[in-house]
Amino acid sequence: MTREIAVVAFGQTDHRRTSDELSEVEMLIPVLHDVLGQAGLKTGDIGFTCSGSTDYLAGRAFSFTMALDGVGAWPPISESHVEMDGAWALYEAWTKLLTGDADTALVYAYGKSSPGSVRDVLTRQLDPYYVAPLWPDSVALAALQAQALIDAGHADEPALAGVAARSRASAATNSHAQLSGSVPQGDYVVRPLRTGDCPPVGDGAAAVVLAAGDRARRLCARPAWIRGIDHRIEAHALGVRDLTDSPSTRLAAEKAGVFERPVDTAELYAPFTSQEVVLRRALRLDDRVTVNPSGGALAANPIMAAGLIRIGEAAARIHRGESDRALAHATSGPCLQQNLVALLEGDPR
Amino acid sequence: MSKEPVAVVGIGQTRHVAARRDVSIAGLVREAAQRALLDAELTWADIDAVVIGKAPDFFEGVMMPELYLADALGAVGKPMLRVHTAGSVGGSTALVATNLIAGRVHGTVLTLAYEKQSESNAMWGLSLPIPFQQPLLAGAGGFFAPHVRAYMRRSGAPDTVGSLVAYKDRRNALKNPYAHLHEHDITLEKVQASPMLWDPIRYSETCPSSDGACAMILTDRAGAARSPRPPAWLHGGAMRSEPTLFAGKDAVSPQAGKDCAADVYRQAGITDPRREIDAVEMYVPFSWYEPMWLENLGFADEGEGWKLTESGVTELDGDLPVNMSGGVLSTNPIGASGMIRFAEAALQVRGQAGEHQVEGARRVLGHAYGGGSQFFSMWLVGAEPPVL
Repeated sequence: MTREIAVVAFGQTDHRRTSDELSEVEMLIPVLHDVLGQAGLKTGDIGFTCSGSTDYLAGRAFSFTMALDGVGAWPPISESHVEMDGAWALYEAWTKLLTGDADTALVYAYGKSSPGSVRDVLTRQLDPYYVAPLWPDSVALAALQAQALIDAGHADEPALAGVAARSRASAATNSHAQLSGSVPQGDYVVRPLRTGDCPPVGDGAAAVVLAAGDRARRLCARPAWIRGIDHRIEAHALGVRDLTDSPSTRLAAEKAGVFERPVDTAELYAPFTSQEVVLRRALRLDDRVTVNPSGGALAANPIMAAGLIRIGEAAARIHRGESDRALAHATSGPCLQQNLVALLEGDPR
Repeated sequence: MSKEPVAVVGIGQTRHVAARRDVSIAGLVREAAQRALLDAELTWADIDAVVIGKAPDFFEGVMMPELYLADALGAVGKPMLRVHTAGSVGGSTALVATNLIAGRVHGTVLTLAYEKQSESNAMWGLSLPIPFQQPLLAGAGGFFAPHVRAYMRRSGAPDTVGSLVAYKDRRNALKNPYAHLHEHDITLEKVQASPMLWDPIRYSETCPSSDGACAMILTDRAGAARSPRPPAWLHGGAMRSEPTLFAGKDAVSPQAGKDCAADVYRQAGITDPRREIDAVEMYVPFSWYEPMWLENLGFADEGEGWKLTESGVTELDGDLPVNMSGGVLSTNPIGASGMIRFAEAALQVRGQAGEHQVEGARRVLGHAYGGGSQFFSMWLVGAEPPVL
């Protein structure tokens, strides 16, 4: 019998193009206070803490150490960090709770893209000997994927524009979103992707509180139970992957139990419109599923936090009674190389 | 609800050197992983998930290298996690992998940590200017030297103790074919005559910069039963963190280190570490950290650690051998250094440490720390399965 573990609180910043006046710690602290307050917990009550971030956005080594000071790690805490999106920090925290060593976990993630050129920065993720020296940027790589999708007949430019319009319209009810409302299709950034097909560049942070079993029931009126969570990685080189498909997403979803019954909500980390098309196919989502009611990454894309936000948004809908069974997805790497899928459920109403 | 017992059934390291110009980063990590698989007599197909760690991405200039390394580590189609907890990362990475088994998420996990320092410049990586914050322009030695000085003042240790540790560890390294520094002509006088870098830390009391990787295969009870060689069993593992800088911090003997050790001992049922633990692989990047950590880990009372070192207790043939492999002082691929400590502890209880084997080692502690002495990770492994 595995332990039941749930998301019991979720908080995020307002995501913005720049946040020069705030350090990462200053950006993060209100969010930490928010989620702990929602759960009625203090730092000292938390059994395990895990964060996700990347030094390459901060422009310095060990950037996460300062954020830890903001958590208030005194007396000393049981704590860890993944150099990945916060969704994977949540995965690590989930495994820690499964062992029974902790009953509660604080998970947070943050990223400030504004100090640099994120398109250039992300090229440093690529094979350092053969690819990175050419500086192919993240939009150009996504455009290759979009063109492959169009060539395969799975989408066309008006369909992609439709994804953008729907996302921005949904974001109108999300006060944290960076972009919302109607969007002009825009000029080409890298053909066939136009400005509307690409995510905004922004700064932001997010946090969730996890709790196990009865502890979760005491901390939250309607916990979002993690029924399954799995992640899979694909080959790095784009030349050996079918860019129109996402087998790692499909496998993760299968392992998480997503395909056993239909979900009502899907929060997908698809920073490009074309990637939503790929993910919808891999996850077999039809029009009955509400996709990205938050507006998704096309409305706010704070790198390293955006995946955790998908889990948080899906959980918050369960907390509010707007969803009974939701999936959340996070991605990492060029053209959806690595994907995580979590299946969340609320108790029957 | 009980945790699944965790066993180490495969260990692989690269031969650590200043620069592995013959292999890429991918080639380096694959070498260690393949040796671990060979040791466990398993294939890539037997691995359910991969957990990888290393110190800052700036040390090689590759952002989130797990993406690029997925193919080299046979991770395609599998879960792959990347841990980063500064210098303690090698230990933390192993513990995250441990939780995947203990929590019954997976049966067999490959965990690996590496650093290929020759690809870039670690001093540069640590010295990027940051607004409103003092950069580590003097490197790690400049940060830690004042804490060593504080230890000497507090404990009254004679200033010869540091050189004894360096002399011991470099001699131990001669018995370890994977160690980076093999100083065949080492003498205590040579250590003491080496240039002063960050007073009181001399050149020969300082860790080298290494290229290297370390891998382990961790598995559950069923996997251990199939192991061709004796497994090392996990008896306790823990991580603790505290803030970098604050008024109440004891930089000589951080509370996080004490709490981490206490948690491990509680899990392992250890009440007297000095008597019940047979040997220790501890993270000693500057020689004086041996007596400091002996106290922090509860092997000696406060101010008494240097006496153990001085009396030869921590020698390879002493009563409590420390850093039988030569330690971080002889081999320092930063991100891997913590995992090497964990792996060497496991080698000892498996009886496979070769020339640097401690006879009859049944319970051995592996220790790692990082950041500004703020991140700690430790595990205690034993030759026998834990009593549940």
